[in-house]
Amino acid sequence: MTLQEATAQLQTRFTDAVSAPVEFRGEFTMTVRRDAIVEVCSFLKTECAFAMLVDLSGVDNYGDDPRYEVVYELCSLTNRSHLRLKVSVPEDDLIMDSVTGIWRTADWHEREAFDMFGIRFRNHPNLKRILMWDGYPYHPLRKDFPLAGLPAELPATAVDAGTVEAAPMLGGPFVSGTGSRNSVRREPQQFDTMAEQQQKLTHPAKEEEV
Amino acid sequence: MGTLHELELIDSATRAQQAVEGKLGGETMILNMGPSHPSTHGVLRIVLELDGEEIVNAWPDIGYLHRGDEKIAENMTWTQFIPYTDRLDYLAPLANNIAYAYAVEKLCGIDVPPRCRHIRIVCAELARISSHLLGIGAMSMDIGALTVFLYTFKEREKIYDLAELICGARFTTSYTRIGGLANDMPADFIPMCRQFLTELPVTIDEVDKLLTRNKIFVERNRGIAVLSKDDAIDFGATGPILRGSGVEWDIRKARPYSGYENFQFDVPTGTVGDCMDRYLVRMEEMRQSIRIIQQALDSMPGGEWNAPEAKIVLPEKKTVLTKMEELIHHFINVTEGINAPAGEVYFSAENPKGELGFYIVSRGGGAPHRLKIRAPSFVNLQLVPLLSKGHMISDMVAILGSLDFVMGECDR
Repeated sequence: MTLQEATAQLQTRFTDAVSAPVEFRGEFTMTVRRDAIVEVCSFLKTECAFAMLVDLSGVDNYGDDPRYEVVYELCSLTNRSHLRLKVSVPEDDLIMDSVTGIWRTADWHEREAFDMFGIRFRNHPNLKRILMWDGYPYHPLRKDFPLAGLPAELPATAVDAGTVEAAPMLGGPFVSGTGSRNSVRREPQQFDTMAEQQQKLTHPAKEEEV
Repeated sequence: MGTLHELELIDSATRAQQAVEGKLGGETMILNMGPSHPSTHGVLRIVLELDGEEIVNAWPDIGYLHRGDEKIAENMTWTQFIPYTDRLDYLAPLANNIAYAYAVEKLCGIDVPPRCRHIRIVCAELARISSHLLGIGAMSMDIGALTVFLYTFKEREKIYDLAELICGARFTTSYTRIGGLANDMPADFIPMCRQFLTELPVTIDEVDKLLTRNKIFVERNRGIAVLSKDDAIDFGATGPILRGSGVEWDIRKARPYSGYENFQFDVPTGTVGDCMDRYLVRMEEMRQSIRIIQQALDSMPGGEWNAPEAKIVLPEKKTVLTKMEELIHHFINVTEGINAPAGEVYFSAENPKGELGFYIVSRGGGAPHRLKIRAPSFVNLQLVPLLSKGHMISDMVAILGSLDFVMGECDR
């Protein structure tokens, strides 16, 4: 079955739940309604030979509504074809169905999307953080999470339990914002000179209180 | 406590089955393996539930090397991210550079000249050999065959020399640029590489003689951690692990990039899907890589090594210093970044560890909106609980060695 046949079948079967395929650089993307993702995926796996879920990633489109997206990269080993599915997830109802029942590989991918974006997956067998530690309060890949990080407490079980602090940025990042061609806006905004940094290091604000 | 004659002597296969089904009686013990353990090759922690010496369950705990590469990528230009790709699979940095460059080139819709494609193939295959040499060396060392590690490292040293010759760095190569390479291949690279290709098969044969029919090595690997075809596909395994389970899937053949379709090479596959098969696949892949490099060196085209798109490709440094237009392009490309079109692409390359994919969402401009790294080690490590259940704790090192992961790309 070619990719065109598969997408056509998908559209006739799930008329109102999937969009028409969009092509870019030879790849086809279909947008799927949130509540239909499990049915669509199991149809693609059983009927259209998409045996492998290659990747699952979250995307934060900060400022858009719905804000989040979950993207599935499917691969058919027999037809050597690739198909991308996208599901939009709104910020105020950040939950969708898990596809771990269809591909077991989705387990860690979904845990990562939960860890990094806070997207919850219904019926996931073990939905907990995977890269950050249990109890970490933020979701670092969200656009409103700063690059330098935020102060947080390390897990109490760690031998040298303490806190993590925001990283020193030394004037970076030197590119801040995408999609703008205005070079003035892209210039490094505010940063301390080396002398000012030295000043801060030698005379931290805390010392004055003491 | 039963007396000796009451204890049932059962064979290991039945016992493994019982362990999987949870029928073995008695208390289990929780043992912490890692995060700093010689056989975890990095900072991987595995919590093992043991019944005696047998593994009842295993929970890999990752994230100790998480640096937030994907977050960092969103805050820098496309070119600035190249050095970060070195640090994904740090045993094959050249292959990561190449996969990333092709991904961004796919987004920009540009094509690199034939000379660039050939040089990239040589580099990617050298990286594959380097990674497999370490993978096999470390796997055999963990099992107890210390010698092999020294043999393979002797050859890896030569690959580092070649990397140094071609890009000035031995380890963190950062050799590719968007639309080309940092510099052309130097003239004395080809003879030095040919010399290496005559020496490497000798070492591979030596390793082959030391391991492949070695009774201890075979018994430690044959029948251990059998991965069926269906499980391999269901778990998204790629690379030598998928092929070791008998699935003939190689992105160089299935979706050829970089001109791999013009090269003659075979895709080795296993029959059983155990640790031994994964080892054998890696051994054969090195031999196939030698074939590919020889063909690439024989047919190395001349001409340009950078794509002609001046608004995307960094101009040569000497022209930047002497010509006005190149200076302007250099300035814009470096300060603003290349103005990539809006859109989304997924590009994957057959890396030594498996399929390394980059999913890029661009909203136009100099930096990605989202860059997801599909790391083969991350996906392959998910197999640990499935593969280790019912095996002895000492088999764990063989299983980890045969999975040949690297935490740099697993944790990103």
